[in-house]
Amino acid sequence: MSSNRQADAPSSPLRAPLLFAAVAVLFVLEGTLSNAWFSGSWNSALTILNMGLLSAVTALGVNMIWGYGGLFNAGVVGFLALGGLAPVLVSTPAVPGAWAAGGPRILLALAAGLGALALATLVARRSPPRWRVPLAAVVVLAGYALFRTVFDPAVAAIEANNPAKAGNIGGLGLPVLLSWPVGALFAAAAAWAVGKVALGLRSDYLAIATLGIGEIIIAVLKNEGWLARGVLNMTGVPRPVPYELDLQADPDFVARAAGWGMDAATASGIWVKLCYAGLFVVVLVALIVLSELALRSPWGRMMRAIRDNEIAASAMGKDVTRRHLQLFVIGCAVIGLAGAMMITLDGLMAPGGYNPLRYTFLIWVMVIVGGSGNNWGAVLGALLIWFLWIKAEVWGPAAMALLTAPFPDGPMRSHLIDSAPQMRFIAMGLVLLLVLRFAPRGLLPER
Amino acid sequence: MSDPFANRGNRDASIVNPRGSGTVDGTRASGPTRPGRAGDAFLIGEAMRGGYGKADILNGCTLAVEKGQIAVIVGPNGAGKSTAMKAIFGMLNLREGSVRLDGQDISALNPQDRVRAGMGFVPQVANVFPTMTVEENLEMGAYIRGDDFRQTMAQVYELFPAVADKRRQNAGELSGGQRQQVAVGRALMTRPKLLMLDEPTAGVSPIVMDELFDRIIEIARSGISILMVEQNAKQALDIADIGYVLVQGANRYTDTGAALMANPEVRRTFLGG
Amino acid sequence: MDLLNALVAILNFVVIPASAYGAQLALGALGVTLIYGILRFSNFAHGDTMAFGTAVTILLTWGLQAGGISLGPLPTGLLALPVAIALTSVLVLVTDRLVYRHYRRVKASPIVIVMASVGVMFVMNGLTRLVIGVDEIQFADGARFVVSVPQFKAMTGLDEGLALRTTQAITLVLTAAAVWALFAFLNRTRAGKAMRAYADNEDLALLSGIDPERVVRLTWIIATALAVAAGTLYGLDKSFKAFNYFQILLPIFAAAIVGGLGSPLGAVAGGFVIAFSEVALTYPWKKIAQYLGFEPAGLLQLLSTEYKFAVSFVILIVVLLVKPTGLFRGKSY
Repeated sequence: MSSNRQADAPSSPLRAPLLFAAVAVLFVLEGTLSNAWFSGSWNSALTILNMGLLSAVTALGVNMIWGYGGLFNAGVVGFLALGGLAPVLVSTPAVPGAWAAGGPRILLALAAGLGALALATLVARRSPPRWRVPLAAVVVLAGYALFRTVFDPAVAAIEANNPAKAGNIGGLGLPVLLSWPVGALFAAAAAWAVGKVALGLRSDYLAIATLGIGEIIIAVLKNEGWLARGVLNMTGVPRPVPYELDLQADPDFVARAAGWGMDAATASGIWVKLCYAGLFVVVLVALIVLSELALRSPWGRMMRAIRDNEIAASAMGKDVTRRHLQLFVIGCAVIGLAGAMMITLDGLMAPGGYNPLRYTFLIWVMVIVGGSGNNWGAVLGALLIWFLWIKAEVWGPAAMALLTAPFPDGPMRSHLIDSAPQMRFIAMGLVLLLVLRFAPRGLLPER
Repeated sequence: MSDPFANRGNRDASIVNPRGSGTVDGTRASGPTRPGRAGDAFLIGEAMRGGYGKADILNGCTLAVEKGQIAVIVGPNGAGKSTAMKAIFGMLNLREGSVRLDGQDISALNPQDRVRAGMGFVPQVANVFPTMTVEENLEMGAYIRGDDFRQTMAQVYELFPAVADKRRQNAGELSGGQRQQVAVGRALMTRPKLLMLDEPTAGVSPIVMDELFDRIIEIARSGISILMVEQNAKQALDIADIGYVLVQGANRYTDTGAALMANPEVRRTFLGG
Repeated sequence: MDLLNALVAILNFVVIPASAYGAQLALGALGVTLIYGILRFSNFAHGDTMAFGTAVTILLTWGLQAGGISLGPLPTGLLALPVAIALTSVLVLVTDRLVYRHYRRVKASPIVIVMASVGVMFVMNGLTRLVIGVDEIQFADGARFVVSVPQFKAMTGLDEGLALRTTQAITLVLTAAAVWALFAFLNRTRAGKAMRAYADNEDLALLSGIDPERVVRLTWIIATALAVAAGTLYGLDKSFKAFNYFQILLPIFAAAIVGGLGSPLGAVAGGFVIAFSEVALTYPWKKIAQYLGFEPAGLLQLLSTEYKFAVSFVILIVVLLVKPTGLFRGKSY
């Protein structure tokens, strides 16, 4: 059926190492060469690398969902943001008075809300078909009324508590690394709820459901000030690595930096970023090893059978839905983990920054360009696309200036150069379209 | 390695709609027609070789039918009967061989243009537009006609009075037999010179089957050549002017319908005694 | 009297805005549902097609305004709209030729085409940013109101005012006309029926001599026309901001699915269901309760406006749980 050349060509065993080496060269060039195209700053190169590694973790999650399950998650941004809530709730210091103001009440309200949903499900299952919808609706409405009655005063009380500096429920003050698995859990819980509803028996509607839940999670983070200060942003998320200022104040470090031939400010920035990169690489490698092991287990073989053989899959019927739900929950957990790691790296929770184009669809571009179904491909795609995404903002105007060099300076030329950073959207779209067209298996085809 | 264009087991109804999707490449443009050969039958698919993937399903099979005659293709499952029909209609690329109709070599035409060249095809399954009314189904049959087709429609309704009563009903709501009648009616709306039927009686009751065969004879008498594949080999060979027994994509026996019925070996091997 | 005031308030704050918004969603959802039914995939680039088309409308409007051409009381954008539709259609047809056609030819699974539409979405998004930027733009000119609040109060002597903006009136009239024309086209004309035939059964359409590529081109043109009209009306009614057009994708998809994907009638119904629910659930009903003689403690707002996207989502989930085929039997099951 397929008519592309790539289909029959055996991929060389050197393909993956060479491509990774090529991406590494890009990062080295960014760190060493200083010209119109590269900044020549290791700080810049490592900043890109760290976000690239986080994108790689996210892409791994998406790859599990899409590459192994064929499920389309259009709400990656939501799960990423939800995971990011974990560092805020787990590791920021407690806000004095916040818990007393309304903590228990909020827990009660959430419990009431969830209880109402569970009761509605139960009612719908047990009642005769004619009464199913009205009865369930009554339970949900009553539950919602109860929820709001308990919830609203608690929120008002918490947000009134030191509103200028806090106004949020505060965290538990635990080590930030502990929040990473919690972030994964948050995302997994949301994924389970969405998947349970949207993964039907015969066909599902996960794409639209995830698109919706993504928007909703972002809306909640923006508007529920008591949770993480909403659009006021939550700063001061603790770090698992040293602070630059502490390093610069440490005479040992300054001496060592001098030994490397760097000033303390630059060296501290690089050192901190290297620490983060080390942590991220550990997580990334652990995830790849785990998922490769899982894929070779009987469970993984069943997953691939379901994906590649629709007849066998349909014969398994209900089981397919369960497997898909498992995959979806696991994949979203990985995305949530990435979200928690991202907030830890930034030290800041800014819900306004969660843009679906950047955090959902760009991740998709990474997975497809890297190679659907191939973990190493997802990592490669993430590093490469992220590098291009960042650099295209610089390269766009540079390229435009070069292209329009023959024309005289004027409003047209300056408009073109000014809007050239927007070219990166076009560039990413084109990269995706070209890869889909000419190498639909991606840079590193699935084995 | 999996097919890069497969759907990876995706069943997401909110973003993809596989219902009613086709198997034939609709983007292919036609090549030129060439003159046929002297002494050709009205329709001839000669020495056809080809298939879907790397393995050929058709191995040099030849099918021909004269004007106003009925040709029937029988054979065991997997013999390439339906594939041969599709090849004649241009829904399958031939590696070798040619298809010639009414003195023209039409091998390079795409299916759309073969309809314009005077061929009508009734597939075995999915042969009506289910959410369109019977009347709209017939109108779609007449899609390529620029002239007034009301007379043809009246003739179709005359041929199949049962569906005439249901002209405002959606074709998807009809019984199996009525649906086949709509399907044949749709193909007749172009006033084809050749009508190809892929197992027209599959899944209909014996009474409806006899009725359908009667209608097919009537259609042939009006001067339209018929080429059909049939599972009910005996009944079909009964009305056939010429019969083809295909085995593994090649002609095993070719004779008049009556002669094939009389051939003891054909009877024993292919007609169940 | 109070009852009348309550009615007027409902009309003013719920019915009129929801109708206009519903009409815009309906136009968008019609495009989505046509592409889903005929081209067999959900077009993620639809929101950005709307945005691009609207950006072109705005540029043309500026051009017309600079040339001193206006439509009097009507917004100049209406004059620019047909040209913008034509230009955007050309871009979309070129996209189809360069991108989507290949996947039809190799008979790729529609999910691959969905991926391609994500790529197209990026490109369209970038093009929109390139030609018009990311800032909010107001481009409605002409008369602002058909009926304004003071006029209405003077006319009726009621305490409660009612306003009907020109853009709302235009939205409703234009949508009614477009929906009528589309249904007449699909049900009465040869080309429209050919589109339905292709949606029902691609291969059989081919066997009837229908040129599939013609059907595809026609579908793109109609869907683009609907998208650009929807985007322009939405922009006239509210304002133009590229990112909002991406966000509106969710209610539009929700409308199409609630109505039954692939069913044009369903898309229209779905658009209004979503819009009315969204407005009714986020409207504070306190004032109306007061007119009716109640003294509520709170605002009686079921959901804060920030959560309007949750409404689309909840309705979507409810409809899919209760009636998976949508209000009107779609093709998704």
